[in-house]
Amino acid sequence: MNTNAPQNRGLTAIDGAMVLIVVLLIVQIWLLSATLESYLAGHREAAVPGAIISAILFAACLGLYRFVDRIDSEVRH
Amino acid sequence: MNWLRKPSSTPLWRDEFSVFTADERYVNRRQFTKFLTLTSFGMLAGNLWILARSLFHRAPSFPRTPVAATDELAVGGVKLFAYPTADDPCILVRTASDSFVAYSQKCTHLSCAVYYAKEQNRLECPCHQGFFAIADGSVLQGPPQRALPRVSLERKGGQLLAVGMEGEGA
Repeated sequence: MNTNAPQNRGLTAIDGAMVLIVVLLIVQIWLLSATLESYLAGHREAAVPGAIISAILFAACLGLYRFVDRIDSEVRH
Repeated sequence: MNWLRKPSSTPLWRDEFSVFTADERYVNRRQFTKFLTLTSFGMLAGNLWILARSLFHRAPSFPRTPVAATDELAVGGVKLFAYPTADDPCILVRTASDSFVAYSQKCTHLSCAVYYAKEQNRLECPCHQGFFAIADGSVLQGPPQRALPRVSLERKGGQLLAVGMEGEGA
């Protein structure tokens, strides 16, 4: 198996991006539960930073998805 | 999410259902990545919902409501009532001859009704063994993370009045 083939290199890049997305998603799930817990405890001031950080994490996930899509189209077409 | 795709001469259906095994590995990964990104959007939507609830939160009003007569309960006696609305069950406990405390009856874990355990002098949730101090409603044991909201009481003549709520979520 030739690991230097463009097909495999593309797969490695995509796998790396997927791992990053999973890590970001875990952080985002934790953030949502922490913000909800805080809100239910009556601390409403946590809602704004929670939403901003969650938006940043989503933007990073979206960027990584676009990266995966670009690699996919470059390698296969 | 067609707007996310780069312009391509290959139609979408051919892209998504490739007959080549090598291409299929890419398609599977791309679709899984799309699923993860949509999940991320779901998390963002949850955070935005909390933000909207926070921004449009209205401070609840607390009417002055008679709860019980001071001579109605013996020491260690309990009375259930609803405050500030009929959907908010509360529990009043006479802890000493001249001391009364009242808390929301909803456990802060999963909203089971707490009751007064006289022998242990604490409020207990029967669902998951969450225990709360009778003095201030703080958590003594169990899965609840937050103290019970406390009902502010005022004595007027021989009557006890509920005048507000203290603590989280109040």
